Amino acid sequence: MNGAHVTTAGGTEATPQVHRRSRDAAAVRLRDARLAYGTRTLWDGLDLDVSPGEFLAVLGPNGSGKTSLLRVLLGLTPLSAGRVELAGSPARRGSRTVGYVPQQRALEPGLTLRGRDLVGLGLDGHRWGFGLPSPTRRQRVLEALDAVGARQYANAPVGQLSGGEQQRLRVAQALVGDPDVLLCDEPLLSLDLAHQRTVSELIDARRRAAGTAVLFVTHEINPVLPMVDRVLYLVDGRFRIGAPDEVMTSAVLSELYATEVDVIRVRDRLLVVGAPDHDHHLGQP
Amino acid sequence: MSPAELLDRVFTFEGTGQLLALDFVQSSLLAGALLALVAGALGPLVVARQVSFAVHGTSELTFTGAAAALLVSASAVSVGALVGAVTAALVFGLLGLRERERERDSVIGVVLAFGLGLGGLFLWLYEGRASNQFSLLFGQIVAVGRDDLWLLAAAVAAVLVVLAAAWRPLLFASVDADVARARGVPVRGLSVVFAVLVGVATGLAVPTVGALLVLALLITPAAAAAHLTANPVTAMLLATLIAEVAVVGGIVASLAPGAPISAYVTAIAFVMYLSCRVTGAVRARRGSSRRAVTT
Repeated sequence: MNGAHVTTAGGTEATPQVHRRSRDAAAVRLRDARLAYGTRTLWDGLDLDVSPGEFLAVLGPNGSGKTSLLRVLLGLTPLSAGRVELAGSPARRGSRTVGYVPQQRALEPGLTLRGRDLVGLGLDGHRWGFGLPSPTRRQRVLEALDAVGARQYANAPVGQLSGGEQQRLRVAQALVGDPDVLLCDEPLLSLDLAHQRTVSELIDARRRAAGTAVLFVTHEINPVLPMVDRVLYLVDGRFRIGAPDEVMTSAVLSELYATEVDVIRVRDRLLVVGAPDHDHHLGQP
Repeated sequence: MSPAELLDRVFTFEGTGQLLALDFVQSSLLAGALLALVAGALGPLVVARQVSFAVHGTSELTFTGAAAALLVSASAVSVGALVGAVTAALVFGLLGLRERERERDSVIGVVLAFGLGLGGLFLWLYEGRASNQFSLLFGQIVAVGRDDLWLLAAAVAAVLVVLAAAWRPLLFASVDADVARARGVPVRGLSVVFAVLVGVATGLAVPTVGALLVLALLITPAAAAAHLTANPVTAMLLATLIAEVAVVGGIVASLAPGAPISAYVTAIAFVMYLSCRVTGAVRARRGSSRRAVTT
């Protein structure tokens, strides 16, 4: 079952409003991708197509290579073998086609940076030079702030905002460049339930409205379960791709973990019982 | 000496006017103004990157470099300071990339203590005028000659040009290194660039204002500005203004008493820091709270 995959199935019916991006070109395409560090293979033979507007949750225990997958897509880590493409061109560092939402980590309270500055960095923070203010730039930043409902703290010092407010700004920062692909690395971590909902709903709304493909790395699927089109579940070099109902089953997870794992559905939540090492700590691979 | 006499001695402007007309006084004022310019511009990023301690370590090791150069020749001091400062800043900058924060600070403490001790030994070995030794710690701004001034101006201009060219990615990397890296910003390379900028600024400042004063120029104005504005550009301009007032004001105030400038510069900077802090707190309390801190 190593290499079991479902190609570009999900997502199409979930994204009725994809208007600006072509449907035929996959937003993310991995072919026979392999990532290994020394003798340790994180994953091998990974074939994955993510369509524009699709919401893919990337799940798995610590060290299974979830964050490494994002690093590959960001062009920060080269594949050991295989191909990786974003919106038709090979993944490369600093690509404009990618937006990135990190884990919530508190910004310093005394930081001299306003909400609009944080968002503006997403637009042109990678460019050299001082960057003179322009009406267009200002407009784009304000639109991005509006899109996440963060207009009222555009001028607030970012360090004095709550974790949820900071995370909204980071979503705006990732989206202000209008990326084809949004990569989220545990963006809900350390947020309370209300903010988890707002942030994931913002991301969901965006991918529906603008056809942005979303790769959402998380250890906890429940906050995003209603939005997820497909799941990529990684465990110890084994993986499975498919709709949540196909992957999040006792049989599949037991096979992936090579031990008895139970998936129990309680109302609209999934409880995974018996999966070893399901902790929250993410580190470098 | 009675307290009144003491105050009279410390705060006097008798003859300040004549002194201001002197060539070397004008040179030192210009030198001070140039240093304040570069310190004020770099300060907010030093604060944002939380590398105040590394800057302090750099200025102490600049003292070591300058003291070592003093053994060779008194005219080699500025070169020695610059070499010491850039080396120290690079070491600390690279250290910051590798070590965790807590380890980084303790390693800086260990290295700077050793360097300071070494500098003390160099000074003891030095057989020249004692005032040269003193000035490395507390500053000797009267020593600035015309040629030094041109060199200083060129170095300050170079630092400002590099800072302006790298401003956006540097700010990005300073406030959110992870996201900046994900966006393709060369975070490591910029750490090195920033270390060199801080090293050059410190190396220029130490022979003139003294190793102990560098923090008053790099940290205090930036910390003060942060209480008044969250706009990064405004903060930089404000920090530069505060640094200018402190340095130029401090030099002028030190002229008549003939005292070391460090006390005056640090005092003015400190008072401005306190007033910015109080102003910021009052503004925050006035109901409009954090959302009011706009421009």
